[in-house]
This record gives sequence, C-alpha cells and structure tokens, in this order.
Amino acid sequence: MENPQQKKKQQEYARYVKQVTPMHCLPSNMAKAFLTGGIICVIGEGIISLAETWGASQKDAGTWCSVILILLSVILTGLNIYPKIGRFGGAGSLVPITGFANSVAASAIEFKAEGQVFGIGCKIFTIAGPVILYGIMSSWILGVIYYILRITEVIS
Amino acid sequence: MIPSCMQGAASLSFPIPVYVQSCASIVSQKEAEGPLGKHFDMVCPDPKFGEDTWEASESTLQKDTALLAIRKSGLSIPEIRLAFAGDLLAQTSASSFGIAGIGIPFYGLFGACSTMGEALSLGAMAVSAGYASHVLCATSSHFATAEKEFRFPLGYGSQRPASATWTVTGSGACVLGDCPPALPVPGQSAPLRTEKGCAVIQGITTGKLIDYGMKDSLNMGACMAPAACDTICQNLFDFGRSPDDYDCIFTGDLGTVGQRILQDLLLEKGVDISRQHQDCGMLIYDSKAQDTHAGGSGCGCAASVLTSFILPGVADGKWNRVLFVPTGALLSKVSFNEGDTIPGIAHAVIIEHREVQP
Repeated sequence: MENPQQKKKQQEYARYVKQVTPMHCLPSNMAKAFLTGGIICVIGEGIISLAETWGASQKDAGTWCSVILILLSVILTGLNIYPKIGRFGGAGSLVPITGFANSVAASAIEFKAEGQVFGIGCKIFTIAGPVILYGIMSSWILGVIYYILRITEVIS
Repeated sequence: MIPSCMQGAASLSFPIPVYVQSCASIVSQKEAEGPLGKHFDMVCPDPKFGEDTWEASESTLQKDTALLAIRKSGLSIPEIRLAFAGDLLAQTSASSFGIAGIGIPFYGLFGACSTMGEALSLGAMAVSAGYASHVLCATSSHFATAEKEFRFPLGYGSQRPASATWTVTGSGACVLGDCPPALPVPGQSAPLRTEKGCAVIQGITTGKLIDYGMKDSLNMGACMAPAACDTICQNLFDFGRSPDDYDCIFTGDLGTVGQRILQDLLLEKGVDISRQHQDCGMLIYDSKAQDTHAGGSGCGCAASVLTSFILPGVADGKWNRVLFVPTGALLSKVSFNEGDTIPGIAHAVIIEHREVQP
C-alpha cells in the first residue's frame, strides 16, 4: 500500500495546489448570496401579506407562499433562468424552497429522455434525495427526543 | 526485419513519417464566439445538432466531423481501414453510435480528455507499421452530456469553483496516411496541404498514469499537470531534446491552474517551457468574457484546437515542430464518490512541418 514518503509527497502537493488555486472572493459571494436569498424571502413575505389581505388565514397564507415560490422556481428552471440566478446567488438561491424545487425540476427535465420510470421516476430526486431522506430522519430523531423529554417530564 | 522505431523508454520515432491527410473540426456557438472562432470548419448553432437527446447529438457531432475529415481528404470511406475514436461518455457510447453509421473498422478508446493523443498515437503506429494505409482519428465532447455524466443536471443552479473548467462542445477528426496528402481540388476536397507543405507525425511518447493523490474533480488541472510534466520530461529525455527544440508545446486542457502547476513542476526538474507553452483549454475560450473560469476541457477541446489551429499552422510552416500533449483525468462518478484519487495521463505527439515536392 501507500508508503509514508509517498503520502508526505501527496500532502505537500495538495498544500501547494491549494496555494496556487484561485478562490471566489468570499465577501462578495456572501453579499450576493444575501441579496439573492433576501429578495426571494421578500417575495415570499409579499405573497403572505397579499394572501392575508385577501382574507386567507396565517396558515393558509404560508401555504400559498410555498406553493407560489415553488411554481415560480420550476417555471424559471424550465426557462433556463434559475441556473443563472444560482450561479450568481450561490447558497442564497440554494437554501430557500426555490432551490429545492429547482433541483427536482432540473433532474426531471434532464432525465426525461431516459423514460418515465427509469428516467424521471428513478432520478427525479438525484439531488434532492439526501435532503428528503435526512430531513425526515432528523425530524424523526428530534421527535423521539421530544417524546422522551415529555414522558420524563423534563419539558411539559 | 522491420527497423526498430523504439526511442528511449516510452517513445517511438517513425522512420517513415505519418502524414496528416486532412483534419476537420465542428463546434457549437460558444466555442465559435471564442478567440479561435474563425478557425473552425463548421459551427452548429443548435446545441442538439438536430437530435432529440444530448447523447445522440454528441454522436451526430462526432460522425459529421469524421465524415467532413474524410471528405476533405478526398478519399472514399472504404479507403479508410481503421477508425480510432473516443469520447467522455460511459462505455464511449458517443463514438460507438457515431462511427457505427460510417462503417469503418473501429477501435473505441477512453483516455478522458487525452483521447485525441491516444487516437493519434495508435493511428500513427498502425500507419507506420503498415497495418493501414489510411486511418481516421476522432474524438468529441459535449457540455451537456459531460455535465450529466460527471456533475449535475443542466438546469440545476449551482456555483462552479474558480478552478473548474468548461467542457467544450466540439469534435475534431483527422485522417492519417502513409503518403503525402494530395493537392486540394476546389469544391471537392481540401487535404491538409499548403504551398509550403504539410504536417507529419514524427514520433510519440506514451504517457504513464500519474497519481499525486488529488481528489478534487473540479480542479482537474491540478490532477493532470503532474502527468503532463512526466510525459514532457520523458519525451525530452527519450529524444535527447531541450524545450527549445520545439516551437510550441500544446497541452490539452490544463487551464490556468494546471498551466501554472505544470510550469512549476517542470522548473523543479530544471526544464523551462514558459516560452513555448500553450494550453488548448486556454486558447479556445476567453475565460473572462465567456465565464469559463480556468478554461476549456473535454476530448473535444484538444481535438478541435488541434484540427482547427495547430495542424493548419504546422502545415503552413508557422511552426516547424510542435509537441501536442493532451491530458486526461481518469475519474468516474463512482470512483469519485467512493473517495478514490484522480490519476492523470498525458500522451505526447510530435508534429512536424514537411515540405512536399509537387
């Protein structure tokens, strides 16, 4: 297997590569992410306020917000505009619900050529899959912790 | 007894030169908007090349390029005895489906982005050994199929790191032969021959797999630069040459990051190629204006730059002797996910200008 001398050489090379590889400017990237994510959230707030003024309950207004943002994201993905937003905004467009919708829609479009079952069916959650799996799993674990804390009366 | 062509430890020097009969390149709109735009034979504004799927479009791209190269050579299809072709897709399907329709005996190759070097090497060996009087060498890559194969769906909004490269949508093909190319017949054929002469493959150096333990698939320049360094050193050593014996050394797709690393690694060994080094990945795009980060990549990158820019330049006597060193990063999605390192490979092909007596 690997000898220590070779490993040391590899580490040295990795250090050198890190040194010569350019990085995106972190402050400007963070500013762009803040701006993009912020605008998406402002749109969301706008939808909630609008729904409430039209007589929806707070809960229904939240649902309207999610549904409309997802729809917008899917349409923008289909029009090939969302990838451009993603390239500019980074995590700012990745983290909100719109990023999740984008990852599902993008996979569906890409793998449509491979068929309804083995293409779209199997691969639609290629990117979103981990979010769904570990999202459900972590909420289950938190539920168990909550349940234990309740029966041991740590919280009421 | 056939005279030995072996030169040094890993090179061949062909006693009878292998002539480049013709070369052709087809690219998409993005490459046409780059600095080499006017050199390509054809530009297809439709990224799907008239097909329904991305995979079929890459096959069509490669097939059309191969047919164009054959047409330019003035030869007929049955005169081409062997085809060496490859691409980036799993099981090199773009080449299989592309070359299948032409009906030339076919060897499918995979050397990642170094495949054009592999195809030229094997093609030149076959011609020089007398196994074929004419061979076809072709490779292609497509941005959409490569993204799908190695990264994310096209519509996914993600950010690429500054070291990432942009897969070239393009294909390059050459016809090699054992005799000098014929004179062009206007309107019928356009072999690679100018008033000054033509281009020949004089020798090759076959690259070793070099693994420096890199694991970052979005910094392929760093994965491949050590391989390019090794092959270039081996070539210089085997032929007893110095970098100044070459007018230009073209690497395949190291990009800005890989170029810097290659030059540093070579300097450590006392070899300075900064005067003659150029990188196809950096030539094909204007990285600032076209948002391609470190440069272009893919089998089609080195192949289309070779067939549009390098070979015509050599035939025209712009350069007398160049070293073409396409580089490949040998990873698959599975090996990457399983945490394996990314070994690199580079094959060197010596291309020389040769005068032809009319």
